[in-house]
Amino acid sequence: MDDLTRRRLLKGGGATLGAAAFARALAPITEWTDDLSVDGFLQKHYKELSRDEIAAVCKRLEAETLQDYGAVVQIGDVRPQPGVEFAYALNLSVCIGCRRCSEACHVENNHDRATNNSYIRVLRIDKGTVDLAFSDTTYEGAVPRADSYYMPVQCHQCDNAPCVTVCPVEATWKEADGIVVVDYDWCIGCRYCEAACPYHARRFNWTKPEIPAEEINPDQAYLSNRIRPQGVMEKCTFCLQRTRKGKLPACLEACPTGARVFGNLLDPDSEIRWVLENKRVFVLKEDLGTQPRFFYFFDE
Amino acid sequence: MASDRLPVLLLAALLGCGGGFSDPSREFAEPVPEGSHDVVIHQPDVLGVLDTDRVDVHGAPVGVGCDTCHGPALAATPQGNPEEMHSDVDVVHGDLVCASCHDDDRTRLRRASGKTLEMDQAMELCAQCHGPQKRDYDHGSHGGMNGYWDLRQGPRSRNHCLDCHGAHAPQYQGGVAVHPPRDRFLRPRHDADHDDPKPAPADASETGAHDG
Repeated sequence: MDDLTRRRLLKGGGATLGAAAFARALAPITEWTDDLSVDGFLQKHYKELSRDEIAAVCKRLEAETLQDYGAVVQIGDVRPQPGVEFAYALNLSVCIGCRRCSEACHVENNHDRATNNSYIRVLRIDKGTVDLAFSDTTYEGAVPRADSYYMPVQCHQCDNAPCVTVCPVEATWKEADGIVVVDYDWCIGCRYCEAACPYHARRFNWTKPEIPAEEINPDQAYLSNRIRPQGVMEKCTFCLQRTRKGKLPACLEACPTGARVFGNLLDPDSEIRWVLENKRVFVLKEDLGTQPRFFYFFDE
Repeated sequence: MASDRLPVLLLAALLGCGGGFSDPSREFAEPVPEGSHDVVIHQPDVLGVLDTDRVDVHGAPVGVGCDTCHGPALAATPQGNPEEMHSDVDVVHGDLVCASCHDDDRTRLRRASGKTLEMDQAMELCAQCHGPQKRDYDHGSHGGMNGYWDLRQGPRSRNHCLDCHGAHAPQYQGGVAVHPPRDRFLRPRHDADHDDPKPAPADASETGAHDG
């Protein structure tokens, strides 16, 4: 036991700790799954990718979609238009609660079929109250009911977004046109953002989304409606794969009553500016200071 | 002391900012070239057509054109009781009567001022009473649209008043809720463990249609 000097003890302890740390550092490799490619594992954060790199990533994701889902899709890196900041307004006086918007979102954004997932949740609220806690989202049958009004809720693309602040890995951020996006390949699935969102607007992919090949919308973008991997967060992007190319969001086109108004906040002649300047407008949970880009309004 | 910390704070601030694109040219798309596409208002096929309760072999409703009876070959409005020939028209539209909107030439419309309108100008007729709705429509906040928000990049189509509102019974008819959520933690009220009776489905007379 004379050999057990202080030096040897420290060396042994250090070596043990070092080996443990090394093993831990290699843990991601031991947890490797079949659906993770080497390129995917080594992929950089979206903002650190060069043009060539993001193009290669999209090509790989297209190939993976073909392999996993049997669908030929086009995944683009669709970027914001200069001079455009989006905002959305919804007329509570005419919404009838039919959920056509929710259905259109489901189809456009390649949601998991089994869960009927959608970025839009329509609340049925008894007239005379504004208590969201007692709202009902599972109503069926004829709408609108005479005793109810309806409030569709989706991502408000907050300028002071709690979901962005809480993300520990910067996998979600606000883009120049106001849309809050997620790099699905950088997200670690901790769901902090889901907990932070006061509008319950974020969704988690508990399972790998299942969609029949013929139902997959092939017009996809890296930051929006490409099919999400299991274990990551997702959210409404105002259909950026459409709106950044000048088109209206799918939920707006589906609305049978014209309750939805969308446009460029920086254009003084836009429809959205007219609504904000001339209608009785409010934002949901204004007291939280989230500064939404989604507004509700009433007719006279 | 404070001046000692300043460089450290600045460095921390710089590191903390982060978040920019490593290739700044990637942040925006190419600017959109100027130019403008059209906004087209859909023309409903019910204009100038009397609805019947018949359907054709394809299930499409069968209508009778106004000019079938009120055509130019007939010098004047046919004689007889008009209600017999228009029994499928139920007017639930305030205190309006036929002549409130229809010109003596029944293939045309007439404003309260006496101005004659062609059938495809029907929205002008609606607007003479429903000004706030027309104002909202003109500003894109009534009636819905399809196509492009950015007319530099593509055209837009708008609904016609008659796409959503019947001319003779304009109250919006409502619809049926689709696509119920199936979140893991959601169960419909009638599916709960306790016997919570499902609320009676609202019938048509109960459904409140939106105002305007």
